[in-house]
Parts: sequence; C-alpha cells; structure tokens
Amino acid sequence: MISRRDFLQVAMATSAIYGAGGLGSWSRLAAQQALSQDDLLGFETTGNVTLMHVTDIHAQLKPVWFREPEINLGVGAAAGQPPHVTGRDFLKLYGIADGSPAQYALTYEDFTSLAQGYGKMGGLDRIATVVNAIRADRPDALLLDGGDTWQGSLTALRTNGQDMVNAMNLLGVDAMTSHWEFTLGIDRVTEIVDNELNFPFLGANIFDSEWNEPAYEPYKMFERGGVQIAVIGQAFPYMPIANPGWMFPNLSFGVRQERMAEVVSEVRDAGAELVVLLSHNGFDVDRKLAADVEGIDIILTGHTHDALPEPLLVGKTHLIASGSHGKFLSRLDLDVRDGELKEVKHKLIPIFSDVIAPDPEMAALIDAERAPYEAELSEVLGHTDSLLYRRGNFNGTWDDLICDALLEVREADIALSPGFRWGASLVPGAEIRREDVFNATAMSYPAAYRTDMTGEMLHIVLEDVADNLFNPDPYYQQGGDMVRVGGMGYRIDISKPQGERITEMTLLKTGERIDPSKTYAVAGWASVNEGTEGPPIWDVVEQHIRNLGTVEIAPNQTVSVVGT
Amino acid sequence: MELTRRQTLALGVATGMTLVLPLPALAAVEEVGGIDDFTGGATPSDSGVTVTAPEIAENGNTVPIAVDAPGAVEIRVYATGNPLPGIATFRFGPLAGSQSASTRVRLSGTQDVVAIAKMADGSFAQASKTVKVTIGGCGG
Repeated sequence: MISRRDFLQVAMATSAIYGAGGLGSWSRLAAQQALSQDDLLGFETTGNVTLMHVTDIHAQLKPVWFREPEINLGVGAAAGQPPHVTGRDFLKLYGIADGSPAQYALTYEDFTSLAQGYGKMGGLDRIATVVNAIRADRPDALLLDGGDTWQGSLTALRTNGQDMVNAMNLLGVDAMTSHWEFTLGIDRVTEIVDNELNFPFLGANIFDSEWNEPAYEPYKMFERGGVQIAVIGQAFPYMPIANPGWMFPNLSFGVRQERMAEVVSEVRDAGAELVVLLSHNGFDVDRKLAADVEGIDIILTGHTHDALPEPLLVGKTHLIASGSHGKFLSRLDLDVRDGELKEVKHKLIPIFSDVIAPDPEMAALIDAERAPYEAELSEVLGHTDSLLYRRGNFNGTWDDLICDALLEVREADIALSPGFRWGASLVPGAEIRREDVFNATAMSYPAAYRTDMTGEMLHIVLEDVADNLFNPDPYYQQGGDMVRVGGMGYRIDISKPQGERITEMTLLKTGERIDPSKTYAVAGWASVNEGTEGPPIWDVVEQHIRNLGTVEIAPNQTVSVVGT
Repeated sequence: MELTRRQTLALGVATGMTLVLPLPALAAVEEVGGIDDFTGGATPSDSGVTVTAPEIAENGNTVPIAVDAPGAVEIRVYATGNPLPGIATFRFGPLAGSQSASTRVRLSGTQDVVAIAKMADGSFAQASKTVKVTIGGCGG
C-alpha cells in the first residue's frame, strides 16, 4: 500500500483559479506542490460565499471502487465535449499526468493497477471530515446534495432510506433535490420530507399531475456572508417514465424550462444576488438549460455521474460536475459583490479513503446503521478474476454478469439489464460479498421477469432506449446508458434517428438474425410496470455467482457502434 | 356541482374562448380541419405564438399542452401524427384578458404538436414542439 505521505506528493491540487486559466492549470499546480492532508483538505478561502456539492452518492456509506466509463458518447452539440471525453483524451484535455491519482479518480485508464495503489474512494465518514474542515474555514458554507442519495445499497433498501437520511442529517446538508428517492414510494418520501429531514427537499419541476400545481418547495433562500443566495432545486425530469410512475402516481416532472425561467425571475425579484441551481437534470440537459435560461450563476449538475476537474462555462453560468458514489466533493468559493458573481474558485476534492481520515462521529453512525445487517452484507458468495464495473454506454462487466445470470437461471434466449449508471466496481481478485451484489442491484422494483417478446418488440425497445441516450436534443435524453443485452448482438448507428439506429440484431446462440415475427424468451429486471413478477435480481445473481464460484467475464464484442 | 377553488381556477383559464374537445364523435372536430383550411395557404410567421408541452410525455393519453399568442383572435392546435390531427380551436373575444389556453390531449405516438394563431390583422403565426411518447424504463 502506498504511504499516505507518498500519496500526497502526487495528490490532486486542483485549486484552479477559474476564469483566469481555463484548462490546464490543474497539472501545473499538482506538479508544484507536495501536499499534506491539511493541504488536501484545506483551501485558500476566498470571496464571501462557499458552496459544497455532493451528488449521486447512491447510498454508499463506505468507500468503494468506482471505475469511470470508457465509452461515453455525446451527440449533437455535446459531441466530443466534456463530459463526453474519456481515457487518454480526458488526461490530455485536463493535463493529467500518467499514473497520477487524478487519472485513477477521473478515468478508466489503468484502473485495475492504479486501484491497487490508490485504494477505494468515498465514504461518508471521509466526506464528513472534508465538510468539517471546510466549515472550520468558512462556518456558514452551504452543503448541497444533488440527490440519488437514498438508494443503491442493501442497508438503504432494508431501512427504506433511513440510514442515508440519518447520515445526511448528521453531515449537515442544507438542501437537496431528488431522483431515486421517489422509488421508495410517495408515502415514504412524504414521511421523510415532512418528519425526518432536517433540510428542504427542493424541486421546482415537480408538480401535482392532476392540477399542475407545484408539489414541493421550488427554492430556498439563504443569507451567507451578507449575500442573498437562492438555491433552486430541479429533480430528475423523467421520473415517471424512466422509473415506475405508479410509485408516485400524482406527480408530474419534466424539464419545464419556462418554469425554471419564472423561478429564476422570482428569486431575483426577491433579492437573490446569487442563483444556484441544484440540479438532477443530467449534464447535457443542464448545458442546454444554461444557454436558454438567463440568470443562473452556478449549476450543480448531477444524474449523469460525470466528474470534471474544472467548471464548464456556458454564457455566464458555471456548470459543476461532482461525480458519484461519494468519490468527490466540489468546493466553490465565490466572490459576490454588488449583486453580482465576480469570481469563482473551484476545487474538485477527491475523497481518497486511505488519505482522508474518517470523522469519528460519522463513522460511528455508519457502523451503527450497518450493524444489524453485517452478517448479511459480509457473506462471501464467490470471487472475481475480472474487473466488475457498470459504466459505459453499451455494456459493463457487472451487467455482463447479470445478463449471464438471467440467461442461465431464468433459462432465457435473451437478457435485458437496464442502463443504470450506479453501481460500485470490484477489482480482479476481490471477494464478491452480498453487499457488492446489492451495490449493483439494490432498488425497490427488482423482479427478474421472464416473458415472451417478438423480434419486432425487441427492436422497438432497443430503439426507444437508444433515443433516450442519443437524441441530439438533450431535453429528450433521459440520462441513462443503453439497455444491456445478453444473448443478442446488434449494430447501432448513433447518428441516425429513432427507428433507424439498431440493425443486425443477432441471436448469439444460433448466429441467426432476429426475426421480427418470431417470439423469443426474454428475461430482465427493473421493469417499470406495476405487478411485474419474478425473484429479486440479487437472488438470481447470487445463485449464478455461487454456481460459478469464480467469475470471469470475457471481453464483450456483441455491440458494434458506428456513427460516432 | 360544488366548485372547488382549483376547479374554479381551471374554468377561469377557459373564460373568453371556445374549446372544441378532441373527441372524434363530435362533429365540431371537423371544424378544426387541416392547417391549410385555417391559413388559406398563407405562410405563417414563426414568431408570435408559443406552444408549451413536455419534451417526453409522461402519459401519452393525457398530455398537458398550453398555447399563448398575444393579440391573437384564434389559435388552432394540431397533433400532426394523430389520426385526426386537428385537436383544438381556441377563439378569443375582445374581452379576453390574455390569448392563452391550456388543455390535455391524447397523442398516438411521438409527433409534433403545432399551434397556429390567427392575429387580429389576419396574419398567421406558427410554433411547434416535438412530444416524444416513449415506452420508457431505463433512466439511470
């Protein structure tokens, strides 16, 4: 294991003075400095307002491995633009050194070998240390959570999000917005929001679907450093489409750009000198929103799990991308004077769990939350010889494993696994504990269904999901990845319109083309339809892992991608 | 019928206009007709009317839409992909406080919702918005 001191020699010093240098200042600063832990956590406090942003933690209380995507294609105006830059191109764009912690944290390159040295990232107890250190410098710093907080682990599932609510209350969050929160069901969300949460649950785009009236607080005004700050919340726009609408039947979402413009005007009229959008739109949606709605100073982006070492400026709006699974916390020091944002100083703080000491109080809370489930969490189901990860537009080894499990255990021709972006990674040689399986599957509609589908229907499904990802207008994108397919290969031209992207669908076990009129046995999970039947996916995956003993995933070459 | 506040508000929005319901059984639907029937072949301006609709319908059977055209005497709405594209006519009298209206429409699939406004001077304005009707299910 790399020593803490050696580690910090190369750790990220990302305190780029934004606005002056643009890209490239990152590596220079990193090369100049040898950091201590205090340096890593510290920051030359400037301006009069400090914001802290975490998002898409997906209920990861403990540090995890999380491999960033290799394939993350942008379309339309976003083609080739951050965050659709990966691997070597990403290193080059931001001037990140080979083998550096920044490479490990921000790209997939050499992930397995770097993981050995740099270890796991995240952990809410480490995040608490960072938050406390920042509050020591700036006691009234605002901590904002972009949502996808209450879902993604065994303990969050078993406690209906209670472990995360308790932890985020202790962390001292000032406001949050939402997405997967609603998959706990509207009654539970209402119970938490009304009775348990110590801070507002914001969503300017959440409406009563019957009367089209706002259903949640759209924004919260804060006074910090003598500055009036409006924090507007924007929940995931496609909640009832991408997730089961029957779990929150009376709510309507949507991007609602006109509504956002109205709310921005309203808060400006109410005296806001700084307008912050705490968003779960997804990065590309926010990029368009920033261009089309005036008056937003900062967008704290979420949903698409991107981590960018520098803000991205659209007009006068600074877009911040703070990653996922607790890997990062963004700190922003802002100089707001004369009712105007004058300067932004930004740092994407990597939460290296071997470097940042856990906060004792939060560590104790986490231990207490996990204690009732410890035996269940820690049971070893098998081992993996392959890197297991989820992220990537078309496939990932976790979903290869899940699809194999569905094909084997559910005796299907074809398997479908949703293009979720959450799910921690496992490095080769690791034990697969039950907790790890739940980190890739834990959610409230896990039934592993088995059904008959015609070839034509399969094509419609793939085309529909592909358009959610590759529609050139970001407002039509839902922010997930492509549905993962087992037992079937296909060709996708991402430049084509819906209906023409997917061709050459092939049943792998026979090598024959999929016949539109023929019926195939299809197994999948996470259907948004009410009343879907089947065993929970984690039981299917566990059985498969136990049968295998040791997991080894062959390279997946079943999807041919063109039009990039 | 006892009117709640919300119902009263909903009715209030409709004051000063005629709403043709998008029910195929009503002969009134025929009145909406085609776009050319309304414009007489004139080329509408692309400013002066806005149509608000979700980018992706949460339920294709009841999609909320709104139209707004300051100074218009009439706005017609067309769902270009529906079996009967002409879905609504809103007429505004001289006492109308604003020339805007909202309703819910059924969309048979992904398509453009087009609003055409006839202005007081007889000119036309047009706007459209693509509403996607999706099978959904894989947002991450």
